[in-house]
Amino acid sequence: MERLALSDEILMAVEKPARYIGNEVNSVIKDKSSVAVRFCMCFPDAYEIGMSHLGIQILYDMFNRMEDVWCERVYSPWPDLDAIMRQKEIPLFALESQDPVREFDFLGITLQYEMCYTNILQILDLSQIPLIATERGETDPIVIGGGPCSYNPEPIADFFDLFYIGEGETVYGQLLDAYKENQKKGGTRYQFLEMAAEIEGIYVPQFYDVTYHEDGTIQSFEPNNPHAKRKIRKQVVMDFDSVPYPMKPIVPYIKATQDRVTLEIQRGCIRGCRFCQAGAIYRPTREKNVELMKQYALEMIKNTGHEEITLSSLSSSDYEGLPELTEFLIEEMGKLKVNIALPSLRIDSFSLDVMKRVQDIKKSSLTFAAEAGSQRLRNVINKGLTEDMIREGAMKAFQGGWNKVKFYFMVGLPTETEEDLKAIPELCEQLAVDYYTIPKEERIGKVSITASSSFFVPKPFTPFQWASMNTEEEFLEKAHFVKDHFFQQKNRKSLSYRYHDADLTIMEGIFARGDRKLAPAILQAYRNGCMFDAWHEMFHQEIWDQAFEDHKIDIDFYTHRERSVDEILPWDFIDIGVTKQFFIREWERAKKAEVTPNCKQKCSGCGAARFGGGVCFENKN
Amino acid sequence: MKIRIKYAKTGVLRYIGHLDVMRYFQKAIRRAELDVAYSQGYSPHQLITFAAPLGLGVTSEGEYFDAEMNSLTSSEDMVARLNATMAPGMEVKDIVQLKEGAKTAMAVVAASDYLITCREGYGDIRDFTDALEAFYSQERIEVVKVSKTKETQMDIKPFIYKLEAGENGIYMLLSTGSVDNIKPELVMEGFCHYLNRDYQKLAFQVHRLETYMRNEAGALVSLLEAGEHFYES
Repeated sequence: MERLALSDEILMAVEKPARYIGNEVNSVIKDKSSVAVRFCMCFPDAYEIGMSHLGIQILYDMFNRMEDVWCERVYSPWPDLDAIMRQKEIPLFALESQDPVREFDFLGITLQYEMCYTNILQILDLSQIPLIATERGETDPIVIGGGPCSYNPEPIADFFDLFYIGEGETVYGQLLDAYKENQKKGGTRYQFLEMAAEIEGIYVPQFYDVTYHEDGTIQSFEPNNPHAKRKIRKQVVMDFDSVPYPMKPIVPYIKATQDRVTLEIQRGCIRGCRFCQAGAIYRPTREKNVELMKQYALEMIKNTGHEEITLSSLSSSDYEGLPELTEFLIEEMGKLKVNIALPSLRIDSFSLDVMKRVQDIKKSSLTFAAEAGSQRLRNVINKGLTEDMIREGAMKAFQGGWNKVKFYFMVGLPTETEEDLKAIPELCEQLAVDYYTIPKEERIGKVSITASSSFFVPKPFTPFQWASMNTEEEFLEKAHFVKDHFFQQKNRKSLSYRYHDADLTIMEGIFARGDRKLAPAILQAYRNGCMFDAWHEMFHQEIWDQAFEDHKIDIDFYTHRERSVDEILPWDFIDIGVTKQFFIREWERAKKAEVTPNCKQKCSGCGAARFGGGVCFENKN
Repeated sequence: MKIRIKYAKTGVLRYIGHLDVMRYFQKAIRRAELDVAYSQGYSPHQLITFAAPLGLGVTSEGEYFDAEMNSLTSSEDMVARLNATMAPGMEVKDIVQLKEGAKTAMAVVAASDYLITCREGYGDIRDFTDALEAFYSQERIEVVKVSKTKETQMDIKPFIYKLEAGENGIYMLLSTGSVDNIKPELVMEGFCHYLNRDYQKLAFQVHRLETYMRNEAGALVSLLEAGEHFYES
């Protein structure tokens, strides 16, 4: 593409102009006059972040396999370019054709985290598309959202024409067919939305009315259009081995955050950790055939030239074919001089052996996602990791030459007490003590144990969706308490502790379980300059505070308030296949610190078996 | 065995910086499945070195890098394999096998020549060419060279080997390398100064034509002269 949307002057003035020129290896160019549908796929954050996202590569490939569809990409212009585009009124453009986004049929926005919400508005605004869906005209693109945050789309419902609830590989064909059919018969935008509303998994927010009780909770959530369904059913790919996967992912010029081949070996997770939304919305767990993974690995390395390969899944250690696949990768990637980056594996003899073979022990560290310090609290969150498992794994590693350990914890979990918090430094201390039981001549210097904690945010479609979230003050108080206790440990010099920012966590908490009343505040915060909120240096607490105040948003209502299980939750209209009864049962068990077995040990009847496949039907012929 | 690769970088790829070009070729070599040599250790890297970095926004048809290889096919085959995987704007022009004991491209670079034109909307380069001869015939050409730490006044005349007006723009042949590296922008800045005109960096599009080394006789020759074409045995 020789013609660029931006002039030399602009490209030479902005940071990393390569973000805006497209033209990357494996990007797809089609003749726009020969396609019926132009789809612009957006990741509303910086290019380097967006280019690292697997989901977009999957959908980009899927759409471009369709002969009459051309899918292109767009990312958030960095603030330096953003300012120039506003000043010069340059419309936001797609990378491949460099054509304005507003000329497209669809603008699909992936919603990976709550803090990208103002960037959605930036994308729409720079594209010169009206921000509010009902204000859009016949020539504006259909704006469609998808991804994890679409499982509670309500805070941003006003900005979208459609949401796609579930995995993108299933009904997009149907949706685009409806679009083409409507175009052919000269139907209106509104008529298309009505057709879309009939498709499984598609949610058209403007076809629903919400009323509220005086206390702000939802009184009713009702369709206002005969085409709109009462329940939107999550879409799941059940024939996981035959679904298309991008054999030629796009290779960026500038270094993306994840600059490597990613093999998706598994979708879903059998573990059932009670804080984890991904573990619920991707049920049932499905694995990909190991032979297919081997074939993909070779083909994708050949097509990209990447020097690293990694595996994607929520819990790689549970993948049946893992030993076989890692053996293959070590052998074949070794020949090609391709590095293998292993995602966090459960620490055991197998993973230690593998890690030893693919990385330099001296530079690598062991990672434990313990999530909670005490066994009691780990039972509350159903994290199937015991203190014995941690100590045994660590000891094996210490004996094998490792001396660096990383721990991930969450602070602010339901039912948490001071004892649970103290258990964080105590667990770290215990590992240090264990380390020094190894004779001096057999160990390599000092042990280093790094613990970091994030603050817990209750998410929709988890047993904790009713739970009270801590306030910012409570979070910080707890973090300081933990830090103080680190200083009291004997081996404190070998231990370190850091915790995440609490202010962004509160924002995440508001949006995660938010409702439609938040949209005007998000709009105001954007109008007053908020963008790239996920980038802490660009986060403006005071603008958000003002926006919430002006729109009478009570933060505690969304975060601190414990919900009753009878309350209509903003996301109740979505059916993810896992039943509310299951979540209620799990919420009750959590309060009693009762562990629920994982899907492979015993079926707990979550409801996902209705999809008719995956782990629910393995070994059950 | 070492090879030297000559390539052109034009079009929109002028916005890809030097480090990214290096990463680009590492991946391209893998895609083309050339039998390049790697360093030892846990994260092996390809043994390749680039000649002279090109500034952002500058295009070129005379760029080079060297690669240590385990095995070779033929110049023609390797050029074709690389070009089959190039992005539009990158083109491999030629590959030679370096003679025994040849120094790296980076070490031997002695000069580059450039064609300077005006960017669209910044006037006509012919407005500048009239005074070029007078500018170049000065005994000294004093410019201020700005580096990260200091500004130094220097006479760049000895490092401008040629400076003349051509049909399509200003042609210049300049000293390039780790010592006495003169960028064409510096010459244009000095020239604008001489003309009492504001120097606008963006006004000029710089295009590198070729990168040179000196042969035994001291003459400037293409970097390809250090090697020979090779054929399948």
